[in-house]
Amino acid sequence: MEEFTSVGKRVAKGDARDKVTGRAVYMDDLKVPGMLYGKILFSKFPHAKILNIDTSKAEKLVGVRAVLTGRDIPPIRFGFLKDNVPLKWGKVRSYRDEVAAVAAIDPDIAEEALNLIGVEYEALPAVFDPEEAMEEGAPLIHEVDPRGNPMESNVLPLPWKLVAGDVDKARRESTHIAEDRLKTTWVTHICMGTMGIIAEFDLRNNLTIYANTQIPYLAQRDYNDALAAMGLKGGKTRVIQPTIGGGFGSKLDTYGQDYIAILLAHRTRKPVKIQFTREEEFFATSPRQPTVINIAQGCTKDGKLTFRDVSMILDNGAYASWGATTPSVMMMPISSLYKVPNIRYITRCVYTNNTWSQAMRGYGNPQATFGIESNLDHLAEEAGIDPSEVRLINSNTPGEVTPQRFKITSCGLKECIEKVAESLDWESKHGRRDGRGVGMASLIHVGGGARVYKSDGCGTIIKVDDFGTVDVFTGATDIGQGSDTVIAQVVAEELGVGVEDVNVVDHDTEICPWDVGVHASRTTFVACNSAIGAAKRVKEQILELAAGYVDIEKDKDGTKQEIKLDEDPANLLIRDRMVYSKRDPETKIPLGKILRGSHYRTGGKMVMAEYFYDPDNENLDREFKGNLSMTYAYGTHGVEVEVDKETGKVKILKYVAAHDVGKAINPMLLEGQIYGAVSMGVGYGLTEQLIFDKGECMNPNFRDYKVLTAKDVIPVEPIIVETIDRDGPFGAKGIGEPGCVPSAPAIANAIYDAIGVRINSLPITPEKILKVLREKEGKKGE
Amino acid sequence: MKHRLFFTLNGDGVETEIESHWSLLQLLRDHLELTGTKEGCGKGECGACTVIVDGKAVNSCLYPAMELEGREVLTIEGLADAEGNLHPIQKAFVEHGAVQCGFCTPGMLMSAKALLDEKPKPSEEEIRKGIAGNFCRCTGYIQIIEAIMAASKGR
Repeated sequence: MEEFTSVGKRVAKGDARDKVTGRAVYMDDLKVPGMLYGKILFSKFPHAKILNIDTSKAEKLVGVRAVLTGRDIPPIRFGFLKDNVPLKWGKVRSYRDEVAAVAAIDPDIAEEALNLIGVEYEALPAVFDPEEAMEEGAPLIHEVDPRGNPMESNVLPLPWKLVAGDVDKARRESTHIAEDRLKTTWVTHICMGTMGIIAEFDLRNNLTIYANTQIPYLAQRDYNDALAAMGLKGGKTRVIQPTIGGGFGSKLDTYGQDYIAILLAHRTRKPVKIQFTREEEFFATSPRQPTVINIAQGCTKDGKLTFRDVSMILDNGAYASWGATTPSVMMMPISSLYKVPNIRYITRCVYTNNTWSQAMRGYGNPQATFGIESNLDHLAEEAGIDPSEVRLINSNTPGEVTPQRFKITSCGLKECIEKVAESLDWESKHGRRDGRGVGMASLIHVGGGARVYKSDGCGTIIKVDDFGTVDVFTGATDIGQGSDTVIAQVVAEELGVGVEDVNVVDHDTEICPWDVGVHASRTTFVACNSAIGAAKRVKEQILELAAGYVDIEKDKDGTKQEIKLDEDPANLLIRDRMVYSKRDPETKIPLGKILRGSHYRTGGKMVMAEYFYDPDNENLDREFKGNLSMTYAYGTHGVEVEVDKETGKVKILKYVAAHDVGKAINPMLLEGQIYGAVSMGVGYGLTEQLIFDKGECMNPNFRDYKVLTAKDVIPVEPIIVETIDRDGPFGAKGIGEPGCVPSAPAIANAIYDAIGVRINSLPITPEKILKVLREKEGKKGE
Repeated sequence: MKHRLFFTLNGDGVETEIESHWSLLQLLRDHLELTGTKEGCGKGECGACTVIVDGKAVNSCLYPAMELEGREVLTIEGLADAEGNLHPIQKAFVEHGAVQCGFCTPGMLMSAKALLDEKPKPSEEEIRKGIAGNFCRCTGYIQIIEAIMAASKGR
């Protein structure tokens, strides 16, 4: 195996020192001179006509600099279907609809001004359940689509349908079939640093935005569109990202508050900041949407899967953000987790008067996998085959082309299943039904980028200074996962310098090259490949300069000695910040000396290179088929639980998370991704739920929304399976999302194994467990 | 109402004028511009704003600034020594991957510091309890607990 100096090492995060000393500056910490504070007045109704808004009192309050309503603003539209506007006029469709906004000299005055705004509403009939919203006569949430054409129903005009093979025929021919209806609920990202934005104009109408966004370059485009809508043609946007206090998909879009900050800044000609409170973060940011999953799978008598038939209904909420597109990723496990020849998947996203949904770590995959893997255990039981065996029988393999036309290159799924079974002592523990149980579930996720936009690219610029230290300007965004650190590691490896010699710059669209954003677990794969491309070019330039380089060195006694490097760059090597002749390792010159030499001479040269890496993956075609990613990440989670039949409480005794990661560039950060994702996945399975009562968020605080604490810590044992992917940077695949995908079904399956009753709705709370146990006891008694 | 206040902050005496309704967090972040202490919820639920007052970890968002008279406050800015050498707990957090997005980190470190000052060799269970009021969404707490454990062993 190749010896690496930086790759594969447990390198500490580059920004950790700043973070442990409180020096890292987050959105909430940022102030710009002269800054005003913006606040938003949200709707008091889930669905209502706005009859009138009286802002006169608010405008007169001392310290208020601007008050805006939907009447006062140009036609800026945003969101995936452009069905949303920054400030609503005419009607509101959810409690998080922005009705008015204020800019004032301090946050308290802004808050007070909101209380002085009078809004007259006329309540409209509302609908909160997606299935009811599909019924005839249900209140229409959007009367017209963004093009002005009348809407006939609340179903979004999105044709999510994937068909491969002949499901009906396969169903008829299957020996065993299992059918289930499952439900998942609203959960939210809980970034510890809340959403915030500062907008500032210069005198030429150029806009500077400070935001904790995950998509600096796509946001830049959205904001430029807004400038055009405001009549500010020629104005350009610069996006600066401070340290980001968590992302998890929540910051993949631009939002009402962004445009409101821009409009307030333009109105006042002052920088305006809008920083969400925790309560706003809970009710006014976009969570993962609930799903109703109808699923059937079949198999032969030997347990070979024959078909998978899934239909889903998604509560989209009042407006469309990327949440409406998560079916494009749900298709991935539905078509390609295990070998299933016949696939049918149909999904409808439905407008309701709830909050509206967004991507969240896994992008639909956790919901779909909960359906598939819960139902697969059901099928295994129908067929009388051990669930781990069914998974092995149908495991994906390298070289396979799946029904969605994914080309599977490396695949460690089989090994993941085997290792989890072994670690759990599956054979002796499964099937005992004694209050203790084991369960497993697997996952597939994009591991080599994902061509969801026309580009999946990322740019890198590298320059090397006078002393051999390396500045890497990347389009990638570090949201805490550590992309800056792994980028530094691969560049250090490629260039033969230390990780500490590499400085990664990633926070400013005016300085850094383009990228589509931090999503789809793509950053390590795409940004590292991009960085490696640039590093190779830089290395070439350095070796060109070094070829035949002559250095005069003085011995201890003062005699001069000439050192000359090989004339042929191919015979040179950089290691430990020295350039060596391969043939004669004793002949070496410090890298910094060569670089300085190239600067301080006539006709000198600067060492700098750029590289744009756009993976050779495909957009899904009209049938939603195509090789979406360059490679796919696999994994299997296994859980042992103990269910307290008196209280309904579930205790996780053991949790094994096996992941095919391609190559662990940094095992410590990789484990961190797995630990964190599992914690989120277990929360999804057992505790987390945003509760909406008639569209109103009832638990917008940490007391009532149950994230796991250190007291609930899950004893996660990561198992790293390295398959060294041919296209990955040093063989690596993406790992950001996979760890939270199979947790809920693995736990659900373990609970079933413990108590013999299946709970098909998330979260699996003690109340639900007690209820099914009582029903079971009742049945016994009958 | 304005109020004059004397207290010790990270080893230095501070004399300042405050509004009587201010929280310690407001005083630190908005008035003294020490933004290392974070506001995660403002309601004493998440622990991001934890600082140490007279040796005890407190949620600074709930702690009335008025109560500080004559007391000693330690914030994240005062944890490393004057030369910038990291405190062993900070070092352990860096080396054990206990930091991801880092927003909870200052509060987490202050809780850990208060715990280790009171109990230099805590059990894993005691560590979990000690940081149970500090929420972290990135790490699943495992590497944080490892880091605190390592720091305690280094003592």
